[in-house]
This record gives sequence, structure tokens and C-alpha cells, in this order.
Amino acid sequence: MKVKCPDCEGEIKVPDDAIAGEIVSCPDCGQEYEVYFEDGKLKLKQAETVKEDWGE
Amino acid sequence: MVRVIITYDRIRVEEKALQRAGESLGADVRLIDVKDSFIDITKGEVNPEVLKGDVVIQRCVGHFRSLYLTAILESVGVPVINPFYATLICGDKLLTTLALRRAGVPTPKTIVAFTRDGALKALEEVGYPAILKPVVGSWGRLVSLIKDVETAKVVLEHRELLHPLYQIFYVQEFIKKPDRDIRCFVVGEEAIAAIYRYAAPGEWRSNTALGGRAVKMEMNDELREVSIKAAKAVGAHVVGVDCLESERGLLVHELNSVTEFRNAAPATGVDIAKKIMEYAIKLAKK
Ligand SMILES: [Zn+2]
Repeated sequence: MKVKCPDCEGEIKVPDDAIAGEIVSCPDCGQEYEVYFEDGKLKLKQAETVKEDWGE
Repeated sequence: MVRVIITYDRIRVEEKALQRAGESLGADVRLIDVKDSFIDITKGEVNPEVLKGDVVIQRCVGHFRSLYLTAILESVGVPVINPFYATLICGDKLLTTLALRRAGVPTPKTIVAFTRDGALKALEEVGYPAILKPVVGSWGRLVSLIKDVETAKVVLEHRELLHPLYQIFYVQEFIKKPDRDIRCFVVGEEAIAAIYRYAAPGEWRSNTALGGRAVKMEMNDELREVSIKAAKAVGAHVVGVDCLESERGLLVHELNSVTEFRNAAPATGVDIAKKIMEYAIKLAKK
């Protein structure tokens, strides 16, 4: 499915089987969003920015 | 039915692969986002309710989140992959080196210092070029290849502005390697797969997070032996063991307790997620 970027209204592709916590990014502005669900509806919120202790 | 909880704060390819693998093995797999959870640690039982499982696979991308959540879960008797102690040691390069040395696992020469002046002496002793790493942190961040004393002074000055943890100077010899390192995956008592990680062009670090490329490596006795020994040294159930090829043989330089394998699985043809899940289910039934 396609969702409008909250920042630039670009078209963000979200996989149909997306789960909460999945990260999608806007092809236009590059902003990263995290998928979450509210009342069964898929929504996007700003993803956490990379922190110093992240990664393997 | 075994219930396997996968805790995460950011869904990556690995977490989805683990979920699919668990379901194919007939487990009840629950992916739980723990980012915004809050936990009463005085209750004496697993909470919140959603974290109740027979085994937990800890997959938070944030190290300290992983570490403390693991401590909480273990305190109420839940087996976690990986255990608290293993996560603690793997999250700290200095503690990792100490554990490896104690277990007789070969490592690069490493000198630790606590001040700028001490670090300059450490670099002199190791010899330029040398590598300066923070004891915590990952994806290759703030890992510097120090070519000479001038560079050292600039880098050390910058470190003095950071958190005190960055003033633990971990100085390591630079191993002249064929622009690659080795990542070996250990699950339980078994070394299941290995890849060469080639550095991206213009990048001396071979982390795949920095664009490095994964190529299958055939398992051999030396790699199997050092990797399993390294995993045991820290008490990890599932771990990525990073090795360097040197004239003295393989040297282990880092262990990863929440290992990424999205590139390694297709490169090696080994279903790493399935191997981890099989192990988790076995652990749950113990
Ligand atoms: Zn946008």
C-alpha cells in the first residue's frame, strides 16, 4: 500500500505485511518512519534516530 | 506448543526471518515491540503479560535496552538468548578481550589507557598505524585507524569532549589483512556458517552496515575451533564471532550478541534463522 509522507507528502510504499516497528523511508525527502497501528489502522510516526549503542 | 518471544525495538529482516522460521517449526512465535513498554521490576513475575514465553530471543538494536531487559527477564526465570552475562561482555570490547584471553582465544595485541597521554604511549607501543576503538558502540562507529601521532592528537582531543566511557582508550594493532574479515556464526555448540566481509571501496572497516560485502567462506577446523571457544568464553548461545586473518593465524576481535545475518544467509545458503529457532525451542524445553 501507499501512504503519504507526513513531511513532504511524497509517496511511501509500505509492504502489505508490515508489522509494528517496521521502518519505511520516504523516497522524496529521505525521512525514516516507523509503522504502528491505531484502531487497526496503519499509521506512521517519526522513527527513532540511530543511537550510539545501536547495532551489532 | 512452545511459545517463543522475540523482543525488538526496530523490525529488521532478521526478526521477520526468525518469526517465519519459528512458525515453520510449529512454535507459537510472538514479536513484541518493547520500546514503549514499562516494567514493574519488583513484582517477581514476568510482566507485562505479553512477555510471557518459554524462551525469549532478544533482538533489540539498542545494546543497553537489550542488556537491561535481559536482566529483568532472567531475574524471573525466563531463559534468554543471549544470557545477561554474555550480552554484557559482548557489548564491551575490553571485557570481551579479557574473556577471550582467559579462554585462550587468540586476539590482536591490545593496550588500554585511561588518559590522552596514556593513549599516546599505548599507540607508540602498539606502533602506527593502530586502531583506536571505544569500548562500547557498534556498526563501526568511532573506530579510527590512526596513521601517525599527529592524527592521534586530533582524534584524542575529540574524544575528550565525549562521555567518560570514551576516555577508556582501547588501542589495538592494525592487522594487515586482505581487505576483509571473517564473521562466523555460532549457535549452541555448533559453528553453522561463515562469511568473508569485504570492505566497501574507500572504507577500511568491513562492517556490512558500512556497505561491506558478504561472501561465503568454507568452514575449516581452525575457524570452527576458535569460534566455538570464543562463544563459550562469554557464555553466549547465539553469537557472531569476528575474526581477522594474520600471520599468527586467526585472531578474534569482536563478538556480537544480537548478530545480523541478512547478508550471510543468502551468501552461505545456510538457514541461520532456522538454526537459531531450533536452538531456542530446544532451550525452552529444557
Ligand atoms: Zn517525505
